[in-house]
Amino acid sequence: MNAAGFPILSLITFLPLVGVLVILSVRGEEAVVASNARWTALWTSLITFALSLVLWARFDKSSPEFQFIEQASWLPEFGIAYIMGVDGVSVLFVLLSTALTPLCILASWEAVQSRVREYMIAFLVLETMMVGMFCALDLVLFYIFFEAVLIPMFLIIGVWGGARRVYAAYKFFLYTLLGSVLMLLAVIVLWYQAGTTSIPELYEFDIPFAMQLWLFLAFFASFAVKVPMWPVHTWLPDAHVEAPTAGSVILAGVLLKMGAYGFLRFSLPLLPEASQYFAPMIYALSIVAVVYTSLVALAQEDMKKLIAYSSVAHMGIVTLGIFSFNQQGIEGALFTMLSHGVVSGALFLCVGVLYDREHTREIARYGGIAKIMPAYALVFMLFTMASVALPGTAGFPGEFLVILGAWAVNPWVAFGAALGMILGAAYMLLLYRRVAFGRVTRDSLKGLLDLSPREHAVFAPLILLTLWMGVHPQSFLSFFSATVAELVQQHQAAISAGSRFAGL
Amino acid sequence: MFVGAVFFPLLGACISGFLGRWIGDRAAMWATVVCMALAAGCGLLAFWQVAFGGQPQTVPLVTWMDVGELEFAWALRYDTLSAVMVGMVTLISTLIHLYSIGYMSHDATPSRFFAYLSLFTFMMLMLVTADNLVQLFFGWEGVGLASYLLIGYWYEKESANAAAMKAFIVNRVGDLFFMLGMALTFHVFGSVEFDTIFSAAAAKADESFLGLPALELIGVLLFLGACGKSAQLGLHTWLPDAMEGPTPVSALIHAATMVTAGVFLICRMSPVMEYAPLALAIVTVVGASTALFAATIGCVQNDIKRIIAYSTCSQLGYMFFAAGVGLYQAAMFHLFTHAFFKALLFLGAGSVIHAMSDEQDIRRMGGIWKKVPVTYAVMWIGSLALAGIPIFAGYYSKDAILEGAIAAHSAAGSYAFACGILAAFLTAFYSWRLLILTFHGAPRADHHVMEHVHESPAVMLVPLLLLSVGAVTTGFVFAPYFIGDLQAEFWNGAIFNLPAKHMMEALHHAPDWVPTLAKATALGGIALAILLYGVMPRVPGILAERAGGLYRFLLNKWYFDELYDRLFVQPARRLAVRLWRVGDARIIDGLPNGAASLAAGAGQGAVRLQTGRVASYAFAMIIGLTLFVTLFLLGR
Repeated sequence: MNAAGFPILSLITFLPLVGVLVILSVRGEEAVVASNARWTALWTSLITFALSLVLWARFDKSSPEFQFIEQASWLPEFGIAYIMGVDGVSVLFVLLSTALTPLCILASWEAVQSRVREYMIAFLVLETMMVGMFCALDLVLFYIFFEAVLIPMFLIIGVWGGARRVYAAYKFFLYTLLGSVLMLLAVIVLWYQAGTTSIPELYEFDIPFAMQLWLFLAFFASFAVKVPMWPVHTWLPDAHVEAPTAGSVILAGVLLKMGAYGFLRFSLPLLPEASQYFAPMIYALSIVAVVYTSLVALAQEDMKKLIAYSSVAHMGIVTLGIFSFNQQGIEGALFTMLSHGVVSGALFLCVGVLYDREHTREIARYGGIAKIMPAYALVFMLFTMASVALPGTAGFPGEFLVILGAWAVNPWVAFGAALGMILGAAYMLLLYRRVAFGRVTRDSLKGLLDLSPREHAVFAPLILLTLWMGVHPQSFLSFFSATVAELVQQHQAAISAGSRFAGL
Repeated sequence: MFVGAVFFPLLGACISGFLGRWIGDRAAMWATVVCMALAAGCGLLAFWQVAFGGQPQTVPLVTWMDVGELEFAWALRYDTLSAVMVGMVTLISTLIHLYSIGYMSHDATPSRFFAYLSLFTFMMLMLVTADNLVQLFFGWEGVGLASYLLIGYWYEKESANAAAMKAFIVNRVGDLFFMLGMALTFHVFGSVEFDTIFSAAAAKADESFLGLPALELIGVLLFLGACGKSAQLGLHTWLPDAMEGPTPVSALIHAATMVTAGVFLICRMSPVMEYAPLALAIVTVVGASTALFAATIGCVQNDIKRIIAYSTCSQLGYMFFAAGVGLYQAAMFHLFTHAFFKALLFLGAGSVIHAMSDEQDIRRMGGIWKKVPVTYAVMWIGSLALAGIPIFAGYYSKDAILEGAIAAHSAAGSYAFACGILAAFLTAFYSWRLLILTFHGAPRADHHVMEHVHESPAVMLVPLLLLSVGAVTTGFVFAPYFIGDLQAEFWNGAIFNLPAKHMMEALHHAPDWVPTLAKATALGGIALAILLYGVMPRVPGILAERAGGLYRFLLNKWYFDELYDRLFVQPARRLAVRLWRVGDARIIDGLPNGAASLAAGAGQGAVRLQTGRVASYAFAMIIGLTLFVTLFLLGR
């Protein structure tokens, strides 16, 4: 079967749906239903997380192969099968998804009071889809999960969001769907060409260069929106601002990683020459993303919007790293994806803590929080510093490795990426200064309570992770190395074999 | 012992920071002091063992990253260079912790302050004991964070917040180049670990990168990084503003330790820098210019701490040009002695500020020397050391630097010597201007303040006295080891000099007139200050009026802040708003929103067509049929 001895990936993927069934079966008064839904969702997600730790323990880091593979025939006449499996690239993202979900449920404990049952169901369905997406090893299966993620997220933003939630939800949905339609075309073309949709089999398949170019663009349309890359990033700030806190956490923590994951899973291994061909465009877009969105973040008046723009800048670092095609760059990109998942998620939670108390995200409405909520100020400071990639926190190893990798490609690209160091410090410190420092001028702020035990429980694992990833990143990097080494080597082999296209 | 010297301060920081609320402020303060004292014990022992016992070693801790060819670990490297820094930092930091107990006694949250102070010390120690560039960068950024927190310690003051942010961001500009320097180092050497880099430096001397000599480029990038932290010309603007922090902070960070990190980096990288003559020339010129530039500003400032801050900036310039001409030993020696007398001056200034009820403007001081005799005496000692008067510590190190600049026999060296001598004159001048205006003459403070003028408590005076011992003795005691006959055994290979340059020998064959000239200029500066401010106190005012343009130019610090504000800060802000409002909202969002409204408009138009009248439909059908038939006939 596999290393775990039982179909663990399917279990992790579909266990949340069991929780959904339980929640659906609960009847009674609204308050009772709400409380039951909360506890059921929490326990389901915790059990899922505990189960996913098996992956951490049993994953063979020295092998670049897919592991924990499960295979079942599904539509054999079309060559489509149900294949699940993880390799070094995806395994930690499964863990990230299962780790963030219970925290999100905990963070929504009191913040969500209407339609609690439906809210919890949406989150559990979302977890299934996310985990499924990272595990799927069949193109069609992947596509289904990839698209299905949109539905619960669309509902979370559209139903439990802020004042302009409908606009934001539609924008989010249309943007991502538009790209996905093109990806569907690419999937169909690949299927026609290769006669299979199994990803490991597709890796063996040689695609002509001209075809690669078109397929790359089709995949790019979908992934670039999801990442999001400049200039298709504007859905993100709106979606973040309107989404409830936990929605933002998942959106920043996991959903933004789907695009970058797609690049690594499909564009690079399937379309190596096209990836190489389009790499300069990606560099340009990434650097524009870093500089442009950092500057835009500087001008924001809304805390969530500021962090949303900073996410776009960080994702620019990620795409840059992926398309540097070397070990440092790609591992740095993967590490940045992980650390950004933790840190930006935590920053959205920090905003949520204030929003729950004051019901505004406007920066100017705060000031002097450090005096009133010292524990909160400390937590917020830690994540601010992680966001500006201070060594010793989670943000640093990724950024450092990407800059190292980018330098090997072109020093000016590295310089562009490093500009984010200055601008990032500027907008994050400005945010921190305006929120936490200064004199307390508003009376309403004076009565604010510091972090509650529940909030401590939400932040504690994130703090631990942030420091752990900063001080000993090796325990995470070691998951990547074999797979990434294989990927880099395959890529170089493909490029040198395909050098006949170099003249193109 | 080696681990203890570095990690005791972290322990202290954690106790004070996390447990401060439960164990109370007094316990938290003393806990950090005890931890620091333990660290100092370990640090001095390590210094003794490594520098005098000749037993350098590296203590590996744990792997940090291992990515492809890139591999490095957390490790503590103890050679003489680190040991000097560890001993000095732990000792001075302990004294400053002790002093802070008195100085911060009226503060509301001293446990937070002590946590920051200890955290800072820990980061500085990580910096100096790093065995690879990335760990050095960890300490580098860590001290940046700690200084940000300490400068902004009184966060209710807007000016303190602004200064803290400025310090962090200006430092980040330097860090960007440091980061790129690391990337290039990895690219050239395939490693960021010092041992690998140093042993390969000679072999890589001719390597080029993008048509430029690779080692030169590394040297320049790392030096630009050092400029940020060490407040060299161009990136110096944060240092004077950083005086918003409490005074012990200024002493610890902005005099003794953090700002010298850049000098330390250049000395640490000496095996690479020696193969980068052009980079070294740049270091020399920038350092010399900073030495002079900062000294000119120091002459007209009125804030007691800012004067000392500019003096720090200027002294760092000396250290840089010493390193630039290849005399890393002299640079380290000046760093070492400077740490003592500059910490002394800052803490003395703190004692004055404490006595004057938080007044910092020397125009509102004067006539207090009899009331604060100990402070007065230690300020004299500090100033004598700073001005480079014989037997005081600064004399030995500054003299060596000036002699070295001449002995280098290069254009950059001669320029550095000229700047250095001029700056030495100005240094003596502003030091005595400060002494006279602060302590002598008629009292210019109001009588409430004057009635409260008092000597500081013992807990503040003891560190001052100990530091003044250092400011007197470190010069002649350590000169033989740092730059004298015993230097080769003392450094034990921690610093690399290109044998062909013979800098250490040349140093001792400098012309005899150099030390004489240095002493004469220092005395001349002192004499001029006494003449202008002691004997004829009305003259400076008249001079300032006569040469109004020059005076304002200096008073406004050569208008660097205004220039940067115009060039970078304002355009960035305007650009930020424009990119957001126009780029994002109008152009990028305009397209899909426009497409959406187009679709909606088309839909509404289509609705209007469906009138429900059979006649219209029939008419449309006839027209369509006609068109179709026509096309069909034409196309045939």
